[in-house]
Amino acid sequence: MQHFIDGRDGGLLAAIRSDRGGQAFLCVLLAVIVLVPVLNLLVPEGSALHMSGYTVTLLGKYITYAMLAIAVDLVWGYCGILSLGHGAFFALGGYAIGMYLMRQIGTRGVYGNPVLPDFMVFLNWKELPWFWHGFDSFPFAALMVFLAPGLLALVFGFLAFRSRVSGVYLSIITQALTYALMLAFFRNDMGFGGNNGFTDFKDLLGFSLQAPATRMVLFLCTALALGGTYLLCRFIIASRAGRVIQAVRDAESRARFLGYRVESYKLWMFVLSALLAGLAGALYVPTIGIINPSEFSPANSIEIVIWVAIGGRGTLYGAVVGAFIVNYAKTYFTAALPSMWLYALGALFVLVTLFLPHGVVGLVGERLRRTAPAGGPAAPVDAPVDVEVKGH
Amino acid sequence: MVSAILAWLMIVLAGSAAADPTQPITTSAPGADFPTLAARLPSASYSEKRVLIKEIAETHDPRVHTLLAALLAGTLYSRSSDGALFVVAEAADRLELTDALTGRTAGTAQPDDMARIGVNNQLRKELRVTLAQFDLASPDEAARRGAVEEILRAVDPESIALLKARLPVEPSSAVRRAIRAGLALADLDSDDARVRLAAVNTLAESLNVDVYNRLSAMTQPPANGEAGEPDPAIRAAAKSALRAIDRKRSLYSIVQTGLYGLSQGSVLVLAAIGLAITFGVMGVINMAHGELMMLGAYSTYVVQLLMPQHIGASIVVAIPVAFLVSGLAGIAIERGVVRHLYGRPLETLLATFGVSLILQQAVRDIFSANNRPVETPQWLAGSLQINEVLAITYNRLYIIGFTFAVFLVLLAILKRTRLGLEVRAVSQNRAMAKAMGIRTEWVDAMTFGLGSGIAGIAGVALSQLTNVGPNLGQSYIVDSFMVVVFGGVGNVWGTEIGGNALGVVNKVLEPYAGAVLAKIFVLVFLIMFIQRRPRGMFPQKGRAADG
Repeated sequence: MQHFIDGRDGGLLAAIRSDRGGQAFLCVLLAVIVLVPVLNLLVPEGSALHMSGYTVTLLGKYITYAMLAIAVDLVWGYCGILSLGHGAFFALGGYAIGMYLMRQIGTRGVYGNPVLPDFMVFLNWKELPWFWHGFDSFPFAALMVFLAPGLLALVFGFLAFRSRVSGVYLSIITQALTYALMLAFFRNDMGFGGNNGFTDFKDLLGFSLQAPATRMVLFLCTALALGGTYLLCRFIIASRAGRVIQAVRDAESRARFLGYRVESYKLWMFVLSALLAGLAGALYVPTIGIINPSEFSPANSIEIVIWVAIGGRGTLYGAVVGAFIVNYAKTYFTAALPSMWLYALGALFVLVTLFLPHGVVGLVGERLRRTAPAGGPAAPVDAPVDVEVKGH
Repeated sequence: MVSAILAWLMIVLAGSAAADPTQPITTSAPGADFPTLAARLPSASYSEKRVLIKEIAETHDPRVHTLLAALLAGTLYSRSSDGALFVVAEAADRLELTDALTGRTAGTAQPDDMARIGVNNQLRKELRVTLAQFDLASPDEAARRGAVEEILRAVDPESIALLKARLPVEPSSAVRRAIRAGLALADLDSDDARVRLAAVNTLAESLNVDVYNRLSAMTQPPANGEAGEPDPAIRAAAKSALRAIDRKRSLYSIVQTGLYGLSQGSVLVLAAIGLAITFGVMGVINMAHGELMMLGAYSTYVVQLLMPQHIGASIVVAIPVAFLVSGLAGIAIERGVVRHLYGRPLETLLATFGVSLILQQAVRDIFSANNRPVETPQWLAGSLQINEVLAITYNRLYIIGFTFAVFLVLLAILKRTRLGLEVRAVSQNRAMAKAMGIRTEWVDAMTFGLGSGIAGIAGVALSQLTNVGPNLGQSYIVDSFMVVVFGGVGNVWGTEIGGNALGVVNKVLEPYAGAVLAKIFVLVFLIMFIQRRPRGMFPQKGRAADG
């Protein structure tokens, strides 16, 4: 843990100074934080510059996805752990905050029960299951947002990394993990609303979730959280521990022979990534207003990985770019050409892995390098060179 | 109990009504022949019919069975004009006639011209017993067994005598068992304690539900109107008989769980065994494997569309068709995508997942997003009734056999053919194999095609077990990967054993936890297992394992 904090090589500022893409990304994020409230709240509705509440929500959703993508990039791009189960951590964070929001509904539910959420009344339950206690308090729920995914990642990662499960094997069992959780959350008896999950939320911390002001504050929090996530990850990557982690990615055995505790580095990164995914989920649920077990589906988790791959792995900001590109395309296609979406997504998977190993960001970096061969920013320095030494 | 008493009351009442002395009962002249007796049926009253039926049965004419069965079923009609008897089948607006005496088709008639020969419940009961007595002499074993069961439904001294007479001449042991159980069941009502005791001991062999209920009632002494067993020795015997039956039943239910588990495991093996080739031997993560199975299932559907007259044969035809379709699709995936990504398994995983999305959507566009109906041929339907508690559906038995056959063929290909030799050589040491003159690219394509083709065959089997829709593949992909890793990557035997073991474990857990929870337990168990032993149950040894 010590390595994470001290950042001997110069700390956060030094980390940002050398990170051109990151600087650009932070500038854009800052612009978004300033412009969106202005365009949404101050510009009158008739104006061409007005940004609708729908767009704000959509942007908020993309931003939570971008956080999730950063979390995946942290383990995949820098650790070489391809997790196909990050959707599970995201969903767990979402369910934790969803339970708080359900308790906040109180007597305003369809059945008007002050304690039990509607679905429990519907299932004829008489009292709150034990694991629902405490979720009426926001601090507790906020703690669980981190604790639930964090503990799962800790236990799972501890067992997996200790036995040196790696590569595709790890991918397969992370996928099985999220699949098992999906099956579990689909069951009504689990006490998480079964098929329908949670929805119809009323308010958060006493503020109505329908009010434009609340939604704007939520949006700003989400955007700030993305910025914070980015800075935290950048800081860790630039620290001494970050260097070790990349060494583990590129040559695991060598790092081990040099005396580094490979397992602990991997485990802490995995847990941190799960915590970030959980936070993203917790911001996603109030933004979007629903959480259900399909968030756990293995296909969802694979999709997150493709956001990162398309943006460019091992750059962090590439993950953000990828999340925005793919999700914007998804919004566009599912509205305009619904049957084309899966073709487009499938083709993206194939083409990006075949032709764009460094993603869109890598492509742009290469273009810049070509036009300004002397001092321009090179392709991302941290980008994995040849990650899978194993294989044939 | 109450219903039994009611039934008995009804029988007594009906019997006394029939024996009402005020009613003149015409008896026919002795030795009257079958056609004469039959001809009197339309005009006879219920009580006359009762006598007539008995006499008709006693003629032992070969036509008796058809006539009485039609009478029982309510399809025996007489023509109003001449009183001739016909067995009738109802068509759209008219009746199709078959002469009841000659068995020849006799054209059609308007419903108005015909009168049904009516029967009441009392007659129906007698007809059933009469027919059963008739069937008892039938050469067909199933008919005899059905007859025994029919007779035992309403036991009277006559039918007991009939069964006792049948017992020594009955060739089939199953029918003999049924008769003995029936006789013992009747003996339970005997006043003689020794007879009852012997009956209880005989019944300890039986698995019949009626027997079980009767014996349970006999473990209690008779109290406040409830039937029971006064003799304590017999009560004890009944208890131990019940224990014996329980033991037997639990044994059979273990056998049944085992077989069901094996069949479920076989489905897993079938889904995973193609992966054992592409993933296990070649090291390629093919996320489109499930969709190759889906293609196989849709091939079955298309084959059935092309030969709607031969559903029975369509499955057999579909096997090679599905192998070719999925195999070619697999080769196309290998040549188009996977080839460029060798040595980068994680990228292969993502790219093939993209292929799987495209295939799903293509199927959705071509065949619609709804499930397609695939018919089950006659020879796959039905079940094998081993005894009263153990029945296995044929499709479960077939899937076990089919999977094992596929497994053996695959093993033979890998171990006995030149292709298999080359596949193993390439998977062990690609560079060396190439140096020895093996066309590794060609071997890669063929291996991938083989694994994919087997996925197609799995699809044919799955089309008989689950819904054929665009999501068919997705639901198996996680399971199949887990089976391959559990069994030990690169080990086809491991896949076979691992899949079957998981199926059995799943079925054993199901009664306690429910289907979904059982599946979750199995998944969690697998995750823990792989975390303890990342190389699976049967890890590959030697240099190839380092890969």
